[in-house]
Amino acid sequence: MNIIELDNVSKSFHRAAGRQLLRNHVSRWLGYKTPEPFFAIKNVSFKVKPGETVGVIGANGAGKSTLLSLVTGLTPPCKGRLEVNGRVAALLELGCGFHPDLTGRENVMLNASLLGFKRKRAEDLYENIVDFSELQDVMDEPLRTFSTGMNMRLAFSVAVNLDPEVLIIDEVLAVGDRAFQEKCVEKIFEIKNQGKTIFAVSHAAGAIQHLCDRALWLDHGELVMDGNCREVLHAYEGHVTSPGKHKHS
Amino acid sequence: MWNGDYIFLLRNMIVKDFKIRYRNMSLGVFWSLLNPLVMMGVLTFVFTRIFPNNQHKDFAVFVLCGLVPYNFLSVAWNSGTTSIMNNAGLIKRVPVPREVVPIAAVLSNCVHLGIQILLLLVATIAFGNGINIHWLWLPLVWALEIVFVCGITLVTSAFDVYIRDMRYVVESSITVMFWLVPIFYGFEIIPQQYRDVYQFNPVAALVLCLRNILLEARSPNAETLLKLMLVSVGTFIIGWGIFGKMKQRFFDYL
Repeated sequence: MNIIELDNVSKSFHRAAGRQLLRNHVSRWLGYKTPEPFFAIKNVSFKVKPGETVGVIGANGAGKSTLLSLVTGLTPPCKGRLEVNGRVAALLELGCGFHPDLTGRENVMLNASLLGFKRKRAEDLYENIVDFSELQDVMDEPLRTFSTGMNMRLAFSVAVNLDPEVLIIDEVLAVGDRAFQEKCVEKIFEIKNQGKTIFAVSHAAGAIQHLCDRALWLDHGELVMDGNCREVLHAYEGHVTSPGKHKHS
Repeated sequence: MWNGDYIFLLRNMIVKDFKIRYRNMSLGVFWSLLNPLVMMGVLTFVFTRIFPNNQHKDFAVFVLCGLVPYNFLSVAWNSGTTSIMNNAGLIKRVPVPREVVPIAAVLSNCVHLGIQILLLLVATIAFGNGINIHWLWLPLVWALEIVFVCGITLVTSAFDVYIRDMRYVVESSITVMFWLVPIFYGFEIIPQQYRDVYQFNPVAALVLCLRNILLEARSPNAETLLKLMLVSVGTFIIGWGIFGKMKQRFFDYL
C-alpha cells in the first residue's frame, strides 16, 4: 500500500482570484472574461511507500508549497487522483496555530487538537514536548513573553513529538541555537530510523541531501526528475548553476 | 482526512477566542454586565421619561428581555463572520474541519451570554417576578437562538472569504435588527398583518418567549415555538450545506 499516491494531479489557480471587487464578480458571472488559470502543479504523478524519505526540490515558485498543500489535504486537486493514507503531521509553517496571548501549555494543546489528537493522547505527549523544548519553567507564561528562538523551539518540539505517520517538513529542518539545531536533526533522524515516512521540501539541496533517500525535482509545476536523491540533486545543481544546459523533457 | 477529537478542538478554540478577547482588560468579563446595564438604563430613561409609556410595568426588565438576545446576536454574528478571515493562517496550514472555526467563534460568546442571562434572571426576580414552572422552557429557547446564530454565521463567514464586504453587510443588518426586534416595544403594538412575519425572526420570537416566561409567567405560544424551532434548525442545516460547498475553495481565496 502506498502512503501517498498522486496520479496525474494538476492544481491551477485563477490569477484574478485575489481581487474581490464587485465588478470582477459581476463580469465573471456574466462570462465576459474568465480569468486565465495558472498551473501551480501540472500532471504530477508519484507514489511514496511507507518508510520512504522523499525530498522535494525546486526553485521558488516551482510548486513545492502547493504540492504540500495537496498532500496535507488543504486544497483539493483540480484534476487527477490523490490519495493519502495515514495521519499527516505538517511542519508546514512552524507554530502556525500559535497565539501570543495563550500560554505555552495552551498553545501546545491547541496545536495538538488542530492536528487531530485526542485529549488523552495530547496530555500524555505533553511531557515529551516540554522536555524536548527545554522550556519547563516558562510553559505557563503567555507566548508573547517568549523570545523568537524559544517560540521556534516550542513549535518544533510540538511537531516532531506528536508521533505522526507522515512527517512533512517545509524548509525548516532545525531551529534555535547550535546545540538545539543538532538536537532537531538528531530527532528527525530518529523518526526516520523508526521507519516513518518523511516528506521534506526545500530549495536548498544541502538540507535534504543527508536525510532523504529519494528526491523529486519540481520546475514550474512539472515533475522534472524522480529518483535517487544523489542523482537528482546532482542534476538539479547542474541546472541551477548553468540553466541553459538542461533540457526539459 | 481529519478524524480528530472535535470536543477537544472546539474547547481549545473557544478558550483561545475567549482569552484573546479579554487580554489586557482590567474589567474583563464585567464588560458583559456593564454593556446591557448601561443600555437598559438608557432605554428605560428614554421610554419612561422622554416618551412616557405606561403599557409595560417593570420596563427595565422588559427591555432587558430584548437586549440580551440582541446583544448575543450582535456580538456573536459579527465576530463569527470574520472568523475565517481572522484564522486564515490556520485554514491555509492545517486541515482542520473548517466548520469548527466559525462555530467556536459563536460558542465562545456563550460565556458572556451565560452571564447576561444570569443578570436577566436576577433582574426578573429583583423586580418581583417569581420563579415559575415555565422557566423550564428557557434552556430550549436559548439553545435555539445559539443554533440560529451558528447557522447564519456559517453562511456569512463563508461568503466573507469570497466577498470581503460581507462583514459590512452583517454590521448594517445588526443595526437594522435593533429596530426590527421588539426590544423597546411590545409585541402587541405590532400591526396584525406583520406579526406572523415578525415571528419568523428567531431573535424576535425568542424575545417574545422570554417575556411570556419571565414577565407573564406563562408558557410560550406553541406557534411561536414551532416557528422559532423551524427557522433556527432550518437555518443551521442550510448554513451547514452552503458552508460545505464553499469551504472547498477557501484555500485558493485566502
